Formats: sequence, C-alpha cells, structure tokens
Amino acid sequence: MFLRVAWLVMRKDLTIEVRSREILYTTVFFAVSCVLVFAFALVKEGRPLEDAAAGIMWISVAFAGTLALGRTFERERHSETLRALMLAPTSRPAIYVGKLLGIVLLLLIVEAVLVPLVGLLFHAPIGNRPLLLVALLLFGTIGFSAVGTLFAAMLVRARSRDVMLPILLYPITIPVIIAGVRGTAALFEPVPATDLAQMWMALLAFFDIVFVTLSLWTFEPLMTE
Amino acid sequence: MSSTRARPAFAAKGIDSVSFDFTEVAVRDVSRHYGRRRALARVSIACRAGEVLGLLGPNGAGKSTLLSILATLLSPSTGEVRYGTKTAQEAGPALRSCLGFLSHDLHLYPELTARENLRFFAQLYGVQSVDARVGSALDRAGLTARSGELVSSFSRGMRQRLALERALIHEPRLLLLDEPFTGLDDASVAALVSRLGELRAGGRIIVVVTHDLDVAERLLDKVAVLKEGRLVAFDDAHGRIREHYRAHVQELKN
Amino acid sequence: MNKGYPVLALLAIALFSAAPVIVAQAPYEATMGLVQKIFYYHVPSAMVMFLSALICGVASSVYLFRARPGADRIAAAAAELTVVFGLIVLVTGPLWARKAWGVWWQWDARLTSTLLMWMIFVAYLLVRRFGGPGAEKLSAAMAVFGMANVPFVYVSVNIWRTIHPTTRVVPSLAPGMRGPFWFCVLSFMLLFGLLLAVRARLEQRRADLEHLYLLADEE
Repeated sequence: MFLRVAWLVMRKDLTIEVRSREILYTTVFFAVSCVLVFAFALVKEGRPLEDAAAGIMWISVAFAGTLALGRTFERERHSETLRALMLAPTSRPAIYVGKLLGIVLLLLIVEAVLVPLVGLLFHAPIGNRPLLLVALLLFGTIGFSAVGTLFAAMLVRARSRDVMLPILLYPITIPVIIAGVRGTAALFEPVPATDLAQMWMALLAFFDIVFVTLSLWTFEPLMTE
Repeated sequence: MSSTRARPAFAAKGIDSVSFDFTEVAVRDVSRHYGRRRALARVSIACRAGEVLGLLGPNGAGKSTLLSILATLLSPSTGEVRYGTKTAQEAGPALRSCLGFLSHDLHLYPELTARENLRFFAQLYGVQSVDARVGSALDRAGLTARSGELVSSFSRGMRQRLALERALIHEPRLLLLDEPFTGLDDASVAALVSRLGELRAGGRIIVVVTHDLDVAERLLDKVAVLKEGRLVAFDDAHGRIREHYRAHVQELKN
Repeated sequence: MNKGYPVLALLAIALFSAAPVIVAQAPYEATMGLVQKIFYYHVPSAMVMFLSALICGVASSVYLFRARPGADRIAAAAAELTVVFGLIVLVTGPLWARKAWGVWWQWDARLTSTLLMWMIFVAYLLVRRFGGPGAEKLSAAMAVFGMANVPFVYVSVNIWRTIHPTTRVVPSLAPGMRGPFWFCVLSFMLLFGLLLAVRARLEQRRADLEHLYLLADEE
C-alpha cells in the first residue's frame, strides 16, 4: 500500500513532466549555465581550473536541484493539490517518497548531461571508474533530494519560500557536497583513488539512510497544521 | 449507530470495503486561532446521514476554516470533532476514505486529462474496479466526450463538475463543499442541486458553504450562521433561511 | 521563579566581576603567553553554545512529535542563545588563532562544524522571523535536522583535514589553570541558565497575552 501510493505519486509526476518537459529543460539548461559561469569565473593562466571540475559539477547540481524542487512544489501549490494528496487515506510519508523518487530521477537525468560536459570542458577523466562515479552521484543525489523534498514540501505554505529553501537546505546538505566533491575528485585523479572514493560513498550511503528515515518520521507532523 | 472497528489502512487491499463508517458528525466547542487572531470561537453543530447542512455568513466568518477542520486538514485549537463516536485522531487514516472535500481550488491537475485525474485519485483511494468507476463518473459529469483532453482547456463549469466527481470517486460518507455554486450558470446549478439531492437520499452527510440564498432554500435541511468566528444561529432551514440571513448577515452592511 | 531571577542575576554579575581577576592570576601558558587567556572565555562559551544547541534540538523534537508549545518556547530561547554564544566563540577563536598560530581561520573539523552549527541556528531564527504563520514547526525541523547533521560534518571534515588542537585540552591543563577555568565555566553556565529561563519566560508571557486577547475577544 505504501509503495503503491509512492509509485502512483511518482508516476503522476512523471506523466505531467513528460508532457511539458518544462522543469526538465529549464533545469538542465540552468545546470549547464552554472557550469559555464564557474568555468569562466575560476580561471588560471587563461584556462578553466581543471581541479575544480568535481566541485563545479556538484555545485551546479545543488543549485539546479534547488530550483527544480521549488518549481515542482510550486505546481502542487497552484491547484492546492498537495492538500488533496494529504487527504488521501494513506500513510502520508508515502507521498513524500513518491515526490522524492521523482526529484531523484530528474536530477539523475541532469547529471547524465553534466558529467560528459564537465569531462569535456575540464578534461576530467570521467571514464576512469564509471560504476563508482555513478554510485557516488546516486547516493549524493538521494541525500540532497531527501532533505530538499522534505523542506520544499514543508515550505509550500510558508512566506518567502523561494529564498527560504536554499537558506535551510544548503547548511544541512554540506556533508553531501563535501563527500560528493571529495569522492568525485578522488576518481578524477590521474590514478583514481578508489579506496578513498569508496569511503566517501559509504559516508553518503549512511547519510542517506539517516536523513531519509528522519524525513519519513517528520513528514506528517510538519505537513499538518 | 456506527461501526467502530477501524482496520489499519495498510492492511486493506482496497479501502473501498467499509472499515470505518459513521452516521453523524458532531462539532463540539471547536475554536481555532492563529496567534492573536481568532478564526472560530466555540462552535458546536451536528449533522446526520441524509441531511444537508449549510454554513452561511459573511466573508471571513470562519466558514472555510470550519470546513477545513471537518476535513481534518486543520486541527482545532480547542474542542473536538466526532465522526460517529471517534475523533479524527482515534479513527486514523481510514477516516479519510469517508471524507470527500470539494474546495474552491478544485484540486485538479491541469496538466493531466480528465480521465487521468479521476484515475489517479481513484487509485489513490484504493477504489476497486477503477475503470468502471471512472467511466460512470465521467458520464455523470457529462465529460465522456472530452475525457482525453487536458483539464487546463476546460471551462470553470466543466472543471467544477469534474472536481465534484473527483471528490465523490471513493463514495465518501461525508461530503464537504466550499462554495460549489460560485461561477456556475443556472443549468449547472440546477444539475448540482439535483445531484446533491440524490446523494442526500442515498444517506450521505453533506455540508455546504454557500452565499447563494436561492440554492440554500432549495437544498438545505439545516443552517448554521457564522459571524466573526462565532455561531450566531443553528436551526432547521425550512423557510427560515432568509430570516436568519437578514438578521445576521445583512446587519454588517449597515 | 520570579524572585529568583534578580538574585541569580546578581550572582552572575558577581561571578563575572571576579572572573577577570581570577583569570589574571592564573599561570601563563608556556608557548602562547598572555594570548592563551582568551581560552578562559572561548572554551566555556563553546561549551555553552553546544549545550544550548543540544537543548534546542531536543526541545524541537518534543515540539514536533508531542506538540507541546512549552517545548517550542524553550527551543526558541535556546536557539537565540546558541547564536549569541556562538558569536562569542567565533570571534574569540580567530582572535586567539591569529596570535597563536598566525592565521585567522582554518578549515578543520572542529571549526567547520562549529561555524556550520552556528549558521544552522541563524537559519532557525530567520525562518522563525520570516516564515509567516506556522513558522515554529519549520524552525523546529531545521533544529532537528541541523543536530542530526553536525556529526556528519564533523566526520567528513575530519577525514579531510585537521589542525585544531585536540579535544583533550582540559585534562592536560596545568593545575593552576584548572581553577580559573572551571570558575569561568561555572559563570558562563549560570549566565546561560539565567538567560534561557528569562527568555523562555518572555515567550510564555507573549503566549499568555495572546490567550488573553483571545478571551477578551470572546466576550
């Protein structure tokens, strides 16, 4: 029942998104612009700073993710459909999981575009350990989205929600950024430090478990008045 | 009176089967405030199966707030609401399968088609035989021909009809309607009134917020008049509506 | 508690008046000389800050899961004090560091976690102030998530690099320093307790006032 509801919510979000593709296109484009802006802002001897590749990629994903979260929940707010979801006779955290899966999927698609771009612009060896890289990105995205989805949902009824989301989200997701960037940077070394990368990945996985659990716990009290 | 065995939501394959039901809703001494602002002050009303209760009053009187509390979207600051013998807390998520809420915002996804909207909510509520139910709902709303079109292309009236069917897709015991007649033409109003009459005959409990006096006179069994959060009249409706309205609502205009 | 406050306040003032004298009498530390004496205010402030953050986190959890408005009031008071004492820590720290090690700031685990925790509680206050109605729950969520977050920051930065003196500063103190140190700890704790109680009480008064407004309205 729980998973069924989560699946229904996610499928509904996907159906809507596939039709207009608005959030997808705008988020991808925004992430690409971010990467370019950073590439031009951080230069050394007239060329983009290659060591910064990992950091730039993760920051762009974080910024783009924040926008995507805002837009997704703005849609729900528009017809007050989030309320309709809350009225369903289901365990409410299932709604959270459904939304979370949708956001993770969206961000993974964005990353699928960004990683080759970063590899291209910064001469980063993205093919070094592709599975490990994917795992890092996956766990990091889940961690970021777990907290982001909860905060974006609870901010739907708040004032100044556009600026509140980054204010609340970024401090909490700093471990994700640190682990993600350090792990990715370890993989981008000429000789990839796989042990180090695996350790960062383990940390991210642990973060995911803790924060998804915490979000499931707090979703209902936060969403009810 | 009412069966009080509530099966936990996750145990039921489809919540269609009656796991929780009631025949009366009682609001007891309910207040709701936001900081210093009082939205409702010690309101007590009741409504039983086969009755239509109207909430009347000027804007800002707290009608929508009371409706939201009945829908379990808000919790009262003090007081309680009992559905049969249980409060919302005691009844748990199963209570929501007995509630249908039609708000001003309609709760429809404009980016989905009419059929998709109904299907989504039917599945969410665990309705058995989804396709059949959705088909007949579309029929009743007169939207079968346009079931494959996006809701964003519908007129207000069409959306309202669809929204009503959405609120009823799981055949709830208690139906809550927030100003459902606003913006409808006469034909639509008549259709809605007759539909609500059918539902009343079927034993539902219906609570309606409305400004429309003609409709109120045709439809309501009981009337509750709110003013500035307070209940100023709670009475049988027949023939008394205009009197109440004039006494309590009109005086604000002076 | 009403009568207690002035007495406690006087006591706190007395302790803090005595503190500089006691600190001045403490022995000089071998390598850093006079500058090290900032430690007598820096470390107790840090202890108070972490205690306050912990109280806020716990009170916020209670508020979220048990809906006790009293818990929310304590959380709000504790959050403010976390920011205040955190500010003291973050100002005295660099002042000390500059003289002792030549740099204003280092990105090691301890400093980063402290800064981050401070920022989380500043965010708490921002949400409370600007979040509109229902902001109490939002800020409570921030506190709970913030608390859960700090260990992760600590661990991740720790793995990354470390320069700050190790945690075992206190037991390794020269005997002459222990007295003044614990005296300062006591003073700070007393001050903290007093401020927390008074601030929470202010919130309580506000709630009472609103309740009275509501009652008056009902007539």
